[in-house]
Amino acid sequence: MTTELGLAVKRKSATPSSGTNIRRDHSIKQVEVSKLVDIDLCIGCKACEIACKEWNDLEVEETHNFGSYQSHEDLTASTWDLMRFNEVELDGNDIAWLIRKDSCLHCEEPGCLLACPAPGAIVQYENGIVDFDQDKCIGCQYCVSGCPFDIPRFDSKTKKVYKCTMCVERISNGMEPACVKACPTGSIRFGTKEDMVLYGEEKVAKLKARGFDDALLYDPEGVKGVHMMYVVPRGEMLDEYGLPEDPRVTGLSFFPLMSGLKKLGSLATWAGLLGAGVFFLRTGRRFPPPEDKAVASAREKEGGEEAGTLSAPHPEETNRKEGERS
Amino acid sequence: MTNHWVDFKNSDAFLVIGANPAENHPCGWKWAHVARDTRGAKIIHVDPRFTRTSAIADLWAPIRAGTDVTFFNGLINYVLENELYHEEYVKLHTNASFIVGEDFEFNDGLFSGYDEATRLYDSATWDYERIKGSELNPSIREKVPRTDATDGSAATPRSPAATPGFAKRDKTLQDPRSVFQLMKKHFSRYTPEMVSGVTGIPQEKFLEIAEIFGATGTADKAGNVVYAVGLTHHTSGTQIIRGIGILQMLLGNVGKPGGGVNAERGHANIQGNTDNAQSWEILPGYMAIPKPGMKTLDDYVNAAALAQLDPHALNFFGSVYRSMTVSLLKQWFGEAATKDNDFAFSWLPKPDKNWSWMTIHDEARSKRLHGLFNGGMSSVNIGPDSNRVIESLSNLKWFVVMDPFPTASSEFWHAPGVDPEEVQTEVFFLPTTHWIEKSGSFTNSGRWAQWKHAALPPEGNIRNDNYILAQLFLRLRKLYEEEGGAFPDPILNLTWPYLNQDDPPTEELSAEINGRELTTGLLLDTFLDAKDDGTTAIGNWLYTGSYTEAGNMMDRRGTDDPTGMGYFHEWAWSWPANRRVLYNRASADAKGKPWDETRPGIRWNGSLWVGDVPDYPPDSPPEDGLGAFNMTGEGVGRLFVPGGLLLDGPFPEHYEQTESPLVNPFSAVDKNPVAFLYEDAPASFAKDDREFPYVATTYRLTEHEHYVTQHVPQLVEAMPDFFVELPVELAKKKGIANTDMVRVRSKRGEVEGMAMVTKRMRPLRLGNKVVYQVGIPVHWHYAGGHGKGKGAQMANLLTPYIGDANTATPEFKGFLVDVEKI
Repeated sequence: MTTELGLAVKRKSATPSSGTNIRRDHSIKQVEVSKLVDIDLCIGCKACEIACKEWNDLEVEETHNFGSYQSHEDLTASTWDLMRFNEVELDGNDIAWLIRKDSCLHCEEPGCLLACPAPGAIVQYENGIVDFDQDKCIGCQYCVSGCPFDIPRFDSKTKKVYKCTMCVERISNGMEPACVKACPTGSIRFGTKEDMVLYGEEKVAKLKARGFDDALLYDPEGVKGVHMMYVVPRGEMLDEYGLPEDPRVTGLSFFPLMSGLKKLGSLATWAGLLGAGVFFLRTGRRFPPPEDKAVASAREKEGGEEAGTLSAPHPEETNRKEGERS
Repeated sequence: MTNHWVDFKNSDAFLVIGANPAENHPCGWKWAHVARDTRGAKIIHVDPRFTRTSAIADLWAPIRAGTDVTFFNGLINYVLENELYHEEYVKLHTNASFIVGEDFEFNDGLFSGYDEATRLYDSATWDYERIKGSELNPSIREKVPRTDATDGSAATPRSPAATPGFAKRDKTLQDPRSVFQLMKKHFSRYTPEMVSGVTGIPQEKFLEIAEIFGATGTADKAGNVVYAVGLTHHTSGTQIIRGIGILQMLLGNVGKPGGGVNAERGHANIQGNTDNAQSWEILPGYMAIPKPGMKTLDDYVNAAALAQLDPHALNFFGSVYRSMTVSLLKQWFGEAATKDNDFAFSWLPKPDKNWSWMTIHDEARSKRLHGLFNGGMSSVNIGPDSNRVIESLSNLKWFVVMDPFPTASSEFWHAPGVDPEEVQTEVFFLPTTHWIEKSGSFTNSGRWAQWKHAALPPEGNIRNDNYILAQLFLRLRKLYEEEGGAFPDPILNLTWPYLNQDDPPTEELSAEINGRELTTGLLLDTFLDAKDDGTTAIGNWLYTGSYTEAGNMMDRRGTDDPTGMGYFHEWAWSWPANRRVLYNRASADAKGKPWDETRPGIRWNGSLWVGDVPDYPPDSPPEDGLGAFNMTGEGVGRLFVPGGLLLDGPFPEHYEQTESPLVNPFSAVDKNPVAFLYEDAPASFAKDDREFPYVATTYRLTEHEHYVTQHVPQLVEAMPDFFVELPVELAKKKGIANTDMVRVRSKRGEVEGMAMVTKRMRPLRLGNKVVYQVGIPVHWHYAGGHGKGKGAQMANLLTPYIGDANTATPEFKGFLVDVEKI
């Protein structure tokens, strides 16, 4: 049974036509949700960072000051939310301190999911959340290469990749994500995508009236929009904020290849390797090479995927649908 | 704060100075963002550093630490010169029209009455001209014996000139001896050129600020000055705050929603602490501490209560001092306080000198004080010149630390340079509950007392402070009972009516603070019911109404806001009387009509004042003309402060910091002539900037709370290491790269940390001179738990042992250092 905020799956990695429309009650409209970070209200306090760690039970890491107010130099497998600080000089004698919450943007067209060769390791829900299922993750790190925002992080101990889940379990229980709850100024907001866009557009108009001529709502077209948008006061400084101006999903997605080769049965293993190879050639290597064995074994397991690894919905739904379509 | 956090949404402009609310008060600060989003409010930030507050401000101006008097005097001058003041308000609600006596003078940096030998002013000439024979109220202040300050310590204020009679006024403000005309003269020296040359704020930036904030001087605009310890941690700290008061009264911003003089108080629960007299010079509710020589209640009341200076002054404190004092004595001494023994007035302490923080530690250092308790406070970290403080603790016989965690004080014998063998002090550590583990109230900066409930039970053998203090008292009382003593009366007669004598619950203490009518035993609703005949008992009149027969008002969570002004009268409870904006009568004109109908404070509806809880007799019609400032003898706000109240002058005047790269260009008097000073301290001050060329300032970061959060792994992760902020230009000059290790030295000590080279610290141009400032956060120390702090990372190893003339608050901001690469 899906709720309004429910977790009907829209698609899964390496899984053809993985939607759950059969079981869905069409009378209930799936609400598309979104976070919105209003940078104008952000004070860089890192409450979101710490709330993220607390809620998700992420390891406290030993950090060292590296000449910045930023806590970690980069996102890590146990730091999914990071306030990035950047000092820039403006005209005259003025400066700006650009502070941005960096975490997964939950793209409508998720480069990570499209790149992922492990069936079901990356799930996109109809509400827009893109989540990783580490039980199915094979540690190949294609998602890392596929992400236009450089978000997923590989943990060399567990050999899995991690990122913000948008607190999917909180949302599906009617709560806002932990970072939203902890934010003391209301800079991080949460609601329907529609409401957030409305807020964002109104805020951009206010910023323009305040003299921020280039203020913008960051919801890039190249990934068909995101589910963590930003209100950026200095829209001319996207680069300084660390936001790509026109992010796109690069490389070949794994999914079309798979759907074509699916019928070849045991050949799926080889297809997987081929697809991976093609993807690899297109996007280049940014992290240690994929573990091809892991890819192969994942392909073998594909038919007998174990249930219940995601909190909801039931994975067998998606398996049944795969069969129908292929 | 005169106003409160939610009220920030009603402001048109914010002048944030000596404060970093985005980092240190983020939850309250969000209302400033609401004002900007809904009203287009402007946020101005003036600070030595570009902080996370500057990052979200509309305008930031760098300022040399400790030159805030000049900055505010410059703004006052700009407002007067350009006639931006709210004239009707100034005439109605301030003492601009009062005539100052002929003998008052100001010459080359000194006000009349200075005595170089005692380093004190005789403030008798800082007085109004009086109308002879007009005195109505007999409560004239009398001269009382004052402290002999030949030891160099500041004395408590002298008694005022007790010339009887009301003050003369000229409501046209034209009389050359009127406060208004004297102000014009005094502040005219603070031109934009001078302001820029002293503060380092570029002139065009200063003018931009003056224009934006000066524009709030109209009836339909409200400007809000937000400040914190960046302004009070100076030898002229009180005068800096006076400057805010003067500016805000000229602009008509006091008493108004969206306006105010808004101090951001320290981490919970500093506001509640000061309200309840955790400070040597006051009794609960800001009543004066009695002085030696006061033998009777009459002596005290006559000296402490203000004289009435105008027929329209309600002079509230002047009329209620006796009933407040008697009620307090009844609370403390119960049936032992009777009319016959002057309600046990003689049992109150009458300190013979300034017993503020620095004195306590100085007495310990001189081995005149033998034992000390630290509770919720760490001597080593929190005072100036940590080396000197460590010496003080080493000279104690015994030292008790009550704290949830080990502190740099409880571990002081491990401090660098200290040989544990040499320290003979016996140290007791009593682990106490953390505030998370106990119920009680926090009073926020906006005076809202909000009840909170324990979130967790304490672990193991940990006790709360109530228990520890109760045990201390009960055992001391037993000793007095059994063995007698020099002065047993106050101990033996202290009331101790708690159900659980061993561990008085905070709820019962709250009821005591609120007060009772003693014949019925019922809790009081208002301090107006305090009696001077011994039939009421009140622990702190400011909090009467907070815990009544209707229940714990501080625990309320009602969210009704019928006026839409953000008063939320049913949310918690605010002192006094659940009033949300102090002096709110000044939000309306002579007829009782709000200056701005869209932002009413209170208004006269024909029979009553309605809106906020009026800071005014609720049925006093405006045509009676009772003054809006009912705590002053003048009945109006003080642009000029008459004698007897402040030690260092009726108007703010610029003096250089104790350690400064500049010689005072305003007068021949270089430093505050009445700063709070110990005789041997000047030897530890740099005379000029030759050896120590850079101005340093200290501060807190949003990631940490004082020294406690070094024990919280997540917060250490978020801000791991001690660092020193340096301007790019200075770093280049000294060959220091970002993340290099540096040593910062003052004449008193040195710290070592990582250099954070940043564009956010700007070199300042003062005339021909370029001055660099250095930033040093305070959170690291050697008892840091998860933190990696070392001994040489405590900011206060560097700070000077000198304090504000009036409050003895140490000068933690704006002292001289040198920086070198290690």
